[in-house]
Amino acid sequence: MRGSARSGAFILLIPAIVFIVLLFVYPFAYGLYLSLTTADGAFSLGNYIRFFTDGRDLRTIWTTLSIAVPITFINVGLAVPFAYYMRRGVRGERIITFFLIVPITLGTVLVSEGMLSYMGPNGWLNQLLIALHLAKDPVRFTHNYLGVVISLGLQGFPYAFLMLLGYVSGISPDLEKASQMLGASRIQTFWKVLFPLMVPGIAISFCLNFVMAFSVFPSAVLLGQPSGPTRVIAIASYQWAFEKFNFNAASAISMIMAAIELLVISIVLVWRSRMYRGVSVVGKG
Amino acid sequence: MHGKIKLSGALFAVAIVIYVGNVLGILFTVILNSLSKGWYSGLLPKFLTGEWYQYVSADHDIPNLLMVTFTVAIVDVLLSLLIAFPAAYALARNEFRGKGLLLSLFMLPMIVPPMAYGIPLAMLCYKFHLAARITGVILVNLVPIVPFMILVLMPFIEQVGTNLESAAKMLGASRLTIFRKILIPLTLPGMLTAGILSLVKAISMFDLTYLVAGGKSQTIVVALYADAYAAGARPPQSVDALAVIYFLIAMVSLVVALKFVSPTQMVFKLK
Repeated sequence: MRGSARSGAFILLIPAIVFIVLLFVYPFAYGLYLSLTTADGAFSLGNYIRFFTDGRDLRTIWTTLSIAVPITFINVGLAVPFAYYMRRGVRGERIITFFLIVPITLGTVLVSEGMLSYMGPNGWLNQLLIALHLAKDPVRFTHNYLGVVISLGLQGFPYAFLMLLGYVSGISPDLEKASQMLGASRIQTFWKVLFPLMVPGIAISFCLNFVMAFSVFPSAVLLGQPSGPTRVIAIASYQWAFEKFNFNAASAISMIMAAIELLVISIVLVWRSRMYRGVSVVGKG
Repeated sequence: MHGKIKLSGALFAVAIVIYVGNVLGILFTVILNSLSKGWYSGLLPKFLTGEWYQYVSADHDIPNLLMVTFTVAIVDVLLSLLIAFPAAYALARNEFRGKGLLLSLFMLPMIVPPMAYGIPLAMLCYKFHLAARITGVILVNLVPIVPFMILVLMPFIEQVGTNLESAAKMLGASRLTIFRKILIPLTLPGMLTAGILSLVKAISMFDLTYLVAGGKSQTIVVALYADAYAAGARPPQSVDALAVIYFLIAMVSLVVALKFVSPTQMVFKLK
C-alpha cells in the first residue's frame, strides 16, 4: 500500500520534473558547457579569462553592483517601517495596495517609457519642482544612473513591501501585547519581538530585490546610458550573444552573473540564520 | 506617545501621496502624450488628436500582437496548470526523502532571474528552431510560471483534508471519481487564484519573450520595447499610443484579478 502510494506520488511529479529538467536544468548545464568551450567545442577557460581581463566587461560587475546594492537597501529599508505601520491595516489599504501593485503588473518597459516623458526636462515632475522652487533648472532624471535607480525603486519597493506585509500581518498580535504588558517600550517591542520574526521575510525580499536589480536590463537600456555609465552585466551578456553572436562568451557572462547572485543570496541567508532561531509565527505565517 | 503616532501617520501619508502621485504622473503622461499634438512644454497639450493611434495601427499588426499576447498567456496558464497541479498535489500530500531538495529545485527559476538562464535557454531555442515562433515563446515562459503555480496551489490542496478522500475510497470510489468529484471541485478556488495570478504575470512577461521572440511571434510588450529602443525612428507619441494599448490590457486583467485575489498574493512568499 505504502509502495503504491509512493509510486503514485512519483507519477504525479513526472510532468513537473521533466519540465524543470528540460527547460531549466538542461539550459543551465548547456550554458555552463558553452562557457567552458570555444566555438569549435574544445575545452577552454578563455571565455572567463577574456571577461576578467577586458576592462570594459569587467567594469560591468562594479556598475551593476553600484546600481543594485544601494537600491536594494533603500527598497527593503523603506518596506520594513511601512509594513510595520500597516500591520493591523489602515484606512484605504485596498487603494494603497492597488497603486503598489500597478507598477509591478505593468512591468519595466511601460514604467521606463512613461518615466522618459514624465521625468524628462519638460515633464510634469520638473515643472512641479520648478514651480515649488525646489529646483532652479530641470533635474536630469533620465538617461543616467539616477533614472535606472528610480525605475528599480518604483518596481522593487512595492515588491518588498507587499511581501513583508504578508509576513508582518502573520505575526500574532498577542506577542506584541505580551511584550508591552511586561513593560517593554514600543521601540523595544519592535527590535526584540517583531523584527526578529520579520527576519526571514526581510532576508527573502532582500534576495529577490537584489537579484531583480542585479539582472536589470530593459530599464538600463531605455533610461540609462547603455554605452557606458549604466552598461550593466545583462547588457554585456546580451551584446555578446545577439550582436556579436559569440554564444560562448555570452554564456560565460551569464554564469558569472548567476554566481554573483548566488553569492549574495548565500551571504544574506547566513545573516538570516544568525538572526533567526525558531518559529513563533502564529496564524497565516 | 500620542504625538508620536500622529507623526508617523503623517510621514506615512506623505510618502504614500508622493509614491501614488508619481505613479499616476507616469501613467497620465503616457496617456496624454499619446493623444497630444505639439506638446513640448506647459502643463497640458495644446491640441488633442487620435492620429497616433492610426499611425501605430499602420505601423504594427496590432490584431496579431494582441493575438500572440493572449495566445501565449492563455496557453501558458493552461499548460502550467496541467504540469503544476499534479506536482502540487503530490508535494502537498506526501512526505518523502529529498522532498525539500525537490521543492528548492522547483523554486529556483523564481529566484534566478530570467536574464541569467534566459540567454542559454534562448540559444537552445535557436538550436532547435523554436525561436521566433510562438511555440518557443510559450515554452520559455513556462519556466517562471510553473513554479509560481506550484507555490500558489500547494496551500489550497493542503487545506482540503484527506478525510473526504479516505471516505470516498472506503465507499468504493475509483481514483478518477475521487479526482473528479472531490478534488477538482474543492480545489477550484485555488486553481482559479493560481490561474488569474499567472495570467496577469504572463501578459507582462518581458525578458524571456524578448530573447526568443521575433517577427510574427512578438508579444505587445516586446513590440513596445523595440519601439522605445529605436526612439527617433518614429514619433514618441506613437510609442506612447502602443504603450496605452498595452496598459489597457494589463490594467483590465489586473482589475479583474483583484476581484478574486489580494495584492499581497501577487508577490510570492517563501518560508
